[in-house]
Order: sequence, then C-alpha cells, then structure tokens
Amino acid sequence: MSQLLDVKGLEASYGPTKVLHGLDFSLEQGGVTTILGANGAGKTTTLRAISGMVTRKGAIQLEGAELTTLQTADITRKGIAHVPEGRGTFVRMSAEDNLRLGAYSRSDKAGIAEDVERVYGYFPILKQRRNQQAGTLSGGEAQMLAVGRALMLRPRLLLLDEPSFGLAPLIVQELFEILKRINVEEGVSMLLVEQNASLALELADHAYLLETGNIVISGTSESILENETVRRSYLGY
Amino acid sequence: MATDVETRIDTKLNVGAKIPFKWVIPFIVIGAILPFFLGGYATFQGTLIMIYAIAILGLNLLTGFNGQFSLGHSAFYAIGAYTAAILVYHLDWPVYAAIPIGGVVCFVAGFLFGLPALRLEGLYLALATFALGVSIPQILKSSHLEGLTGGVQGLDVFRPKVPAFLVENFGLTMDQWWYLIAFVVMLLMFWIAWNLINSRTGRAMMAIRDNPIAARSMGVNASLYKSLTFGVSAFYTGIAGAIAAIVIEFVAPDSFTFQLSILLFIGMVVGGTGSIWGAVFGGFFILTVPNFAEEISTGLSYAIFGIILILVIYVMPSGFAGLVNLLRVRIKNML
Repeated sequence: MSQLLDVKGLEASYGPTKVLHGLDFSLEQGGVTTILGANGAGKTTTLRAISGMVTRKGAIQLEGAELTTLQTADITRKGIAHVPEGRGTFVRMSAEDNLRLGAYSRSDKAGIAEDVERVYGYFPILKQRRNQQAGTLSGGEAQMLAVGRALMLRPRLLLLDEPSFGLAPLIVQELFEILKRINVEEGVSMLLVEQNASLALELADHAYLLETGNIVISGTSESILENETVRRSYLGY
Repeated sequence: MATDVETRIDTKLNVGAKIPFKWVIPFIVIGAILPFFLGGYATFQGTLIMIYAIAILGLNLLTGFNGQFSLGHSAFYAIGAYTAAILVYHLDWPVYAAIPIGGVVCFVAGFLFGLPALRLEGLYLALATFALGVSIPQILKSSHLEGLTGGVQGLDVFRPKVPAFLVENFGLTMDQWWYLIAFVVMLLMFWIAWNLINSRTGRAMMAIRDNPIAARSMGVNASLYKSLTFGVSAFYTGIAGAIAAIVIEFVAPDSFTFQLSILLFIGMVVGGTGSIWGAVFGGFFILTVPNFAEEISTGLSYAIFGIILILVIYVMPSGFAGLVNLLRVRIKNML
C-alpha cells in the first residue's frame, strides 16, 4: 500500500512545555492506524499537531505536500477531518446545522445535501434528531454527530480522538462497527487515538505506542497484541 | 469546551423551526398603524424603542450569535450619532443620507477594534470594550475636537419638514413620520440579520460561539469572522445612534456614557440572548422600566429597577424570547 501521511521528527509544544519529542510514523492509504498510550502521553497533541492546532516542528507530509506550514483551515481543505476530544459539537445549533458546518469548506450545494443523507444513512438516529439542539443529544448521539460532521468534508483522512470516551459498551460497539464500514465502503483512512487498547487494535491494522512524547513500539495490530509490555500495561492480561 | 456566553440548552426547543411569515404579518401591520392611534409623546417613545431594538440586535449579533462580549457599545452608538450630526450640522447633508453613513463609519470602527480584540477572550474582551465605552464621552468633549464635535455643548441637528404630500394626504406629523422611518429601518435590519443568521456565514458565526477550536477545524477562519461580526454589530448600533441623533435633534457627550452600554446589555439579556425579535422587547424594557421605577420613587429608582430586573431574570431565564418559545411549545404539546 502507498503512504498517505508521512511524519518525521514531529515536535509539539504548549507554550514553553514540549509535549512531543520527535515522532516518526506513517499512515497507509486506506488503512486504520491507532496511537495507544496512557494519559498525558501526547496522543491528543499528535492529532492536534497534524491539524495545525498546536505549535509544531518537523515534517508532516500528506502525499508529499507539506502540512506544517499551513493553517488549520487549509489543512482541513486538504481533506483531513478532525473529530476532537470530547466531541466538540456546536451545542446550541441543530444537529443538521452541525453537519452543514462540517461541509463548510465545500461549495457544492447538491453534493452537501446528498452527503447529509449519506450521514443519516450511517447514523439513522441523527435524522430523527435533525432539528434538535446538539447539546440535548445523548453522549452516543453526540459522538455520532461529531463523526458525521467530519464525514461531511468527504475526508481522505479522519482523525479520531477517543471516540469511545464516556459511552456505554453497546454504543461503542455500534460506533466502531460503523467506523469500520466507513473505512471499507468509502476508503477513508483513519488515525485513531484510544485509551481502550483492545477496542482500538480490533479496528486498526497498524499501531504505535506512545509514552511521554516518544514512540516506543510500533507494528501491525497483531504483533502489538502479542507484545508483552503492551499486554501487561494496556490490555491488562 | 466552555464558551464565554452562558449556553442555555432548551430540551424542548427545536432550533430548526422557523417562524412562518404569516405570523409576522399581523405584527408588521400593528406596528405600522400604531402611531395613528398613539399620542405624539407615545409615538416618540415608540420610535426610541425601535432605535434601541436596532442597537440591541447589533449587540446580540456579537454576543448572542458570536459569543463575544461588549461593554462598549455605547461608543459605537455615539460614533453613529456624531457621524450623522457632523454630516448634517457641518456639511449640510440630507439627514436621510447621514443614517447609512453613520452605520458604515461604525462598521469600519468596529472591524478595526475587532482586530486587536481577537487576542482577548471573555472577561478580558469585556474590559477592553469597557475601556472603549468610558473613553468615548471624554474624547468627544476634548478641546482638540471641539471644532468638530461642539465639545460639551454638543451639536444641534435639525430635521427637514415632513414631505408635503404626506402631510396633505394623511396629515402626518413629524413624530409619526420618524416613527415610520425607524420602523422601516428596523424591519430591514431585522430581515438582514435573519438572513445572515440562516446563511453559511451565520452558521460559522455560531460555530465559533459554541466551540471555536472545532469551528477552526471545520475550516472556518475564526479571526476574520470575529472581526467581521464586530464590524456588523457596530454597524447596527451605529445606524441606531444615527437615527437617535436625528430624532432627538441633538447630540451631546453625556448621552453616550458607559451606562448606555449597560442598558443595551440588559436589553439584550432581557429580550433573549441569541434571539432576533427579542431585541424589540429588550428596547421596550430599557426605555420604559427605568422611567417606571422613577415614577414609583425618585430616590430609590435604581433599587427598584434592580429588583424588577432580578424578578424578570428569575421569571424568564432565557429572556422574553425564550419564554415565548417555551409557551409556544407548551401550547403545541397540549393541543
């Protein structure tokens, strides 16, 4: 498979505090990659660095095009959609307006209307909630809305920041099945950040283990599942 | 993600539901014929309510729809008023042309103020706008500008006669004529705001309010929209100030103190933050309630105003517009 995103020597910092200390990793076209790690390891920061929301150094190349010199809005236009930590829906706007916002950087009206229906196809509950304020949705619905909103960009790469956070196990199962479908049916590549390692490794084909801003282990999901350290520290058996 | 403006979620409220136009028509008709039944003074008061409503709507576009605070909108009101007054007094411009110019000057002033204000959020922006609000009356009084602003004395603005054919055919008085002008301008401004809010631009404005980081990651240029919203907000308030200058036929620095900013802010909250038509109630409230409190007790008018304010906030936590929406939903559910 060819590479979609190639990251070299990525450093990121919040003010004087450096959080990432030179990450090297790559994402395959059409693949699902996960970044595992404990709290504070720098998982969220990695995603923010890719979408240009933190100060960063190093090289991030999307099929050869450098992203580190671009602003967030321009990175979005390149087809990288970010589903932020804690969902980040627009709580006082209707669910459907949230979806329309996801297509903000597009101007094809017919295509946008079509894609709203496509998102409703994946998440039928959102169609029922279309005129409801996003802040009144349940946790699961809000996460679905956040994913649906990101899909409205017709992204090539979906950055998912802990989509399972705070959701009931059944809802998580449902959500991850839909993510799998989106990956297979639409060929959307994904970079998934998760605390729930077993869940993430089920969906992903590649994994990186992040510890205090450094990648310590990398490999295919199968090889990571068999890794002693990962099993003891992150899978708990 | 916390926003700076209180985020009130109403579980019963469908935000996609739009008010059908047939419901709006009766209000327009009543508003248009009202001056022919009211006395001269009441008509004048009605005109002031509508002027305040335009200014409050401007503040609401900034705060209710974009999440930026301002305690300095009296400054934009003053700039609009003085622009109109200077054009009419010094340059003999027709008063009707002075109104839009007052708005445009404010748009530029608001946009420019919005640029440095981008770095300030929430309370800090409130302080910066407060500084703007308190400095404007002094700047207007300053001896360096006296030739232009008339200093402490202010400037007189004389209104031209009501067009002859209206007087002959309808017996229109000056008060009625300016009531109708303010009414038409207000409807126009409301219509523009309505279209703005329901456009792609409006959605971007509200997305910034709800979650600025997520909005940016959708590709929204938050800086540009925040500055532009500041400009548009100032434009509205400037139009209101310009009409006020002409209707009152006089501008003076002390009409535009910081207290006016607070009144507009109160009008916005009482009318309903994030509501367009709620601004009319807000205007009504800030014009009538202080007078009413004064009538009850001159010495304690502010205390009485304060008590009324607390009661109103208690009864209508989402403002008048929120109350009406809630009642609408209740009635709908009962039927």
